[in-house]
Amino acid sequence: MYLGRVIGRVWATVKDPGLAAQRLLLVQPLTPEGQPTGKRLVVTDAMGAGAGELVYWSKGKESSFPFLPTEVPTEMTIVGIVDAVNVDRGA
Amino acid sequence: MLIARIIGDVTATHKHASHEGQKLLLVQPLELDCVTPRGDAVIAVDAVDAGLGDLVLLVTEGYSAMTSVNRPESPIDMAVLGVIDTVDLPAPPPALPMK
Amino acid sequence: MTLARVVGTIVATRKDPRLEGRKLLICKPVSPEGKDEAGYVIAIDTVSAGFRETVILVSGSSARLADGCKDRPVDTAIIGIVDSVSIDEGSKGK
Repeated sequence: MYLGRVIGRVWATVKDPGLAAQRLLLVQPLTPEGQPTGKRLVVTDAMGAGAGELVYWSKGKESSFPFLPTEVPTEMTIVGIVDAVNVDRGA
Repeated sequence: MLIARIIGDVTATHKHASHEGQKLLLVQPLELDCVTPRGDAVIAVDAVDAGLGDLVLLVTEGYSAMTSVNRPESPIDMAVLGVIDTVDLPAPPPALPMK
Repeated sequence: MTLARVVGTIVATRKDPRLEGRKLLICKPVSPEGKDEAGYVIAIDTVSAGFRETVILVSGSSARLADGCKDRPVDTAIIGIVDSVSIDEGSKGK
């Protein structure tokens, strides 16, 4: 799974029927230290995350499992809202 | 699988039900020297009770990750599957030409 | 499937029980010409590959289809030892 921050939302009228009930969020991936890293991504959301929230998401086919039995054609889904990140790289 | 080091953990109260009770580790994938970071740190579930600073085996495929913590059909894409005792890299292999 | 060369081994006592009894080998990708490429991966050995041998890797969920890997948490498996690679000169650059 990966860390990121919700930075926006994506709307699409024309989309796969499997995405009909889905909110599409824009996420900026972050390092554990909170630095932006990599491209901003469009993700589905299984947790009701809101703008500005620190989240983690899973990637790949597994990311469609929260929506079963509906088969949602997604490859990235927010599966948790992060309370705290503890980092100790000196360990 | 990749070599990685545990650099921390992540706490999330509000998370997918299948993640309840799972330790979420912050894991930095490493190059073969076991020092140089390979890409960004990721979040993985812990299948072997690994600790901060441990050198571990990181699996990056869904089925393997999910079943390692007995959570099939859950959105888990990475898991810590083993704690590495030793990494044995005998000698840099010469570039052998193939026929 | 990709080509790689065995460059080392990993020892882990504490691990998922489904990995017991399997050799974990460190493999570096190589080009069909045998040149080292960037990166590495740790793979489960199913063909008794040896140090410095060029091997065929299968990755992703297909790795579990390798011999003896069913239901094991495997994302990359060594499924062949390469004898030789031939490249059709006429197809180069296409």
